[in-house]
Amino acid sequence: MSETAAPVGAAKARRELQRAVIRFAGDSGDGMQLTGEQFTTESAWAGNDIATLPNFPAEIRAPAGTLFGVSSFQLQFGSQRVYTPGDRLDCLVAMNPAALKVHLRDLKPGGLLIVNTAAFEKRNLDKAGYAQNPLDDPALAERYRLHKVDMTGLTHKAIADLKLDTKEKDRTKNFFALGLVSWIYTRPLEPTLEWIGKKFTKSADIAEANTRVLKAGHAFGETAEFFEEAYTVEPAEMAPGLYRAMTGNRALAWGLLAAAERSKVPLVYGAYPITPASSVLEELAMHKRFRIRTIQAEDEIAAVTAAIGASFGGAIGITCSSGPGIALKGEGIGLAVTAELPLVILNIQRAGPSTGMPTKTEQADLMQALYGRNSESPVVVLAPATPGDCFYVAYEAVRIAAKYMVPVIVLSDGFLANGSEPWLIPDPATLPPIDIQFRTEPEGFFAYLRDPATLSRPWVRPGTPGLEHRIGGIEKQDVTGNISYDPDNHDHMVRTRAEKVRRVAQEIPPTSINGPATGDLLVVGWGGTYGSITAAVERAQAAGKSVASVHLRHLNPLPPDLGHILREYRKVLVPEINSGQLVRVLRAEYLVDAVGFNRVRGLPLASEEILEDINQLLGSKA
Amino acid sequence: MSTQGAGAAAAPTPKYTKKDFESDQDVRWCPGCGDYAILSAVQKSMPDLGIPRENIVFISGIGCSSRFPYYMNTYGFHTIHGRAPAIATGLRVARPDLKVFVVTGDGDGLSIGGNHMLHVLRRNVNLTILLFNNRIYGLTKGQYSPTSELGKVTKSTPMGSADRPVNPLAYALGCGATFVARTVDRNIQHMEEMLKRAAAHRGTGFIEILQNCNVYNDLAWNVIYDKTSKLAYELRLEHGKPLVYGPPDARKAVIMDGVTPKVADVKDVPESALWIHDEKNVNAAKILADLFAPNFPVPIGVLEAIEAPIYEEVMLEQEQRAISDRGAGSIAKLLVSGDTWKIG
Ligand SMILES: Cc1ncc(C[n+]2csc(CCOP(=O)(O)OP(=O)(O)O)c2C)c(N)n1
Ligand code: SF4
Ligand SMILES: [Mg+2]
Repeated sequence: MSETAAPVGAAKARRELQRAVIRFAGDSGDGMQLTGEQFTTESAWAGNDIATLPNFPAEIRAPAGTLFGVSSFQLQFGSQRVYTPGDRLDCLVAMNPAALKVHLRDLKPGGLLIVNTAAFEKRNLDKAGYAQNPLDDPALAERYRLHKVDMTGLTHKAIADLKLDTKEKDRTKNFFALGLVSWIYTRPLEPTLEWIGKKFTKSADIAEANTRVLKAGHAFGETAEFFEEAYTVEPAEMAPGLYRAMTGNRALAWGLLAAAERSKVPLVYGAYPITPASSVLEELAMHKRFRIRTIQAEDEIAAVTAAIGASFGGAIGITCSSGPGIALKGEGIGLAVTAELPLVILNIQRAGPSTGMPTKTEQADLMQALYGRNSESPVVVLAPATPGDCFYVAYEAVRIAAKYMVPVIVLSDGFLANGSEPWLIPDPATLPPIDIQFRTEPEGFFAYLRDPATLSRPWVRPGTPGLEHRIGGIEKQDVTGNISYDPDNHDHMVRTRAEKVRRVAQEIPPTSINGPATGDLLVVGWGGTYGSITAAVERAQAAGKSVASVHLRHLNPLPPDLGHILREYRKVLVPEINSGQLVRVLRAEYLVDAVGFNRVRGLPLASEEILEDINQLLGSKA
Repeated sequence: MSTQGAGAAAAPTPKYTKKDFESDQDVRWCPGCGDYAILSAVQKSMPDLGIPRENIVFISGIGCSSRFPYYMNTYGFHTIHGRAPAIATGLRVARPDLKVFVVTGDGDGLSIGGNHMLHVLRRNVNLTILLFNNRIYGLTKGQYSPTSELGKVTKSTPMGSADRPVNPLAYALGCGATFVARTVDRNIQHMEEMLKRAAAHRGTGFIEILQNCNVYNDLAWNVIYDKTSKLAYELRLEHGKPLVYGPPDARKAVIMDGVTPKVADVKDVPESALWIHDEKNVNAAKILADLFAPNFPVPIGVLEAIEAPIYEEVMLEQEQRAISDRGAGSIAKLLVSGDTWKIG
């Protein structure tokens, strides 16, 4: 097979697909994240529904060519609802041997495998641990539709006349890959061309190089004979409206901004950088115009306590971290519990314990959120289901925190944080109001006088004449707020703080059930596994199984109708990226014989495997 | 927006007396504790600040000293061990119109909260810190503290402590503090003077208050309690005045011998060689901070008072600039900014 392109006259036939799963993989220096993001934008333009999964090494500059230095970006796009970035790949682009080695096992047999042959030389093969060049093994071409393309060489050819050094030229080869795959899947190049135009205003040569290489990749697909087929994926049927791509962390930040605007109360955000939470801080720091004040604190404890200080001052205190940082915030959260001040704690969960795998996802901090503090320290716990849902959950967290004078923990995760989806832009006017009333009336004031409906105490801004008062971490008498060591009062306060959190159930809408209201199996999930679970359940339903799913946004308190719902099914399955946390809560709370489906690999759950489990559970139903 | 702490309220500040700042809570320190005198001095100096009572907030951590806010009839927040500086920072960022005081102890402020102390000082947040230094953990009943002297025998160090003490003044200066002073619980008038100066300072005003814990570390500061020894060692710092101290018949001067401080009889020092105290001289303050009895006098007063950018002011200035450059934020506009596409 020749690698040089032989021009062919007629445009090739294009086969229509309902969905496709593609992964771009290469060295961390190969620009795979950017390639994937641009391909995502192109697919959004094409009107597809999309889910993405960026995956990069924790090391900032991992040594080139190594297995642990491989960076990848996966997306699934389709003409129907796409719930996940996909389990197995239809197409893998491997820019070097290490990328091939790490990712090949995820490619479907018969899948499209595109490799950059130029990178398959001795040094890179050694680093990837290949004794022989895998491209020479005929089995590879038998098992997959292998396309060997000298991307580096073709890239250099396309820009030979430009005054850039070899390194700079090399660096544009990801645009060749992008152009080629865009051709294969009939993606519009316009968004990428526009992006290049905007991004490289400082260097006309680099803009020109990227443009030419992108087009060269595209033309290569068109003309090279060996691409026997190309594909189209028709626009998905999606709710009409204006869309944008949304990542989870940006959605969290924007949800907070929306809450600040709506509540008319300034927001003070204390955080200490940690993967994968830092981008929320960085995003908010760009939006000073919203009167959001970001403090990059000296540590996690200062971050949460500065937020509490701000709440004491009548602002909305927010803090954000990932597991290790949340652990440090525990004592501070307890202070907010007893001081009964609003506080929002965002936890972008990552694989642990300890440092664990910082760039990999997990949902193993549920118990930490529910119980990970000393003594009886109840807080509200919410979890977003998709990247775009992070917007609504952040907003809701502020609303509940202020209404009930209570800390609210939001459990996002690394997958939601960096993953993106096409997001129907809401009209902010349709968001529920956040109505904050500071107490100003001295007559009859007590610091722990409670609202009968919410049990929340009055929020007073220091500076209000006649309401000078002291609060603190020592137990206090209900109503007066005076220090109290009275045993019965303490018991009463413990119960009152718990009851206040329970009352948040008033805010929870009826649980929506995906599937029949009664049947053989209910699959219960929470957080970032929404896509994997929904995809699996819908496939089971399509196969005629009596299966429904419920995805919990409210983890504390739980929805008031959940107990009833659980009893309407013969079996209950709880898939989680942990060793069984929600499942324990459900068993304890409702005495149901729920079983877990647990994989803790730092990756989203594979819907394929959930489906297998569903089938197995149902198979053994007799 | 005023960032100085004085109320923005149009109404004139009422004429207060000490009584207006006394809360209705029973004070629960041990009888004879130095904290009583500090409380009294603070309450007495409050009316002179000219700030409406409702605009004053006392934030504390944990310790005997940190009970302080309960006894002040102002806004107050008794928080968690060591974190008061961070809480106060968040409060100032949210509410730069408030006058904020932080009350902390040698353990609270220099052990568990040492890191926050470093950062509040380097940020120069506009607030006043009162560090009650009794060289012991009072509330937990008498373990040694980070300011206890080497070899200190306490319940937790029956054979004497093995770690050298930290000097709060030197620490504060090393952290980049812009106002550093020392005063003594037995000198109400001097305490009041220092409190007013620190409170008027723009930026973080740090005061070490030498305090007696008569239960667990009685007379730790006897060198300046005892009449004769006080006379012999107390060095009152006054801006523009020479560093001279001691009884009238044996006046001494601190002078510099090269880069080393030394003590000389005043009569032997020509006037031109006297060290004239300059609050703006940070290097001099760092030398002063290390002086202590018996080889040197014990400096009391303002060691340093300089100007530097204030954290929350810079932050607010950026916010104002962002708004004046590009207009106030609008979520509706933000949501549709950048790449969007229409379906249907
Ligand atoms: C996280 C935490 N650790 C330990 C304690 C116990 N504790 C309370 S006060 C204190 C030391 C206080 O010493 P200091 O700050 O010097 O205050 P003092 O009582 O001497 O005024 C300790 C260790 C605590 N309250 N919280
Ligand atoms: S233990 Fe010491 S510091 Fe604490 S109240 Fe008693 S005397 Fe004062
Ligand atoms: Mg102490």
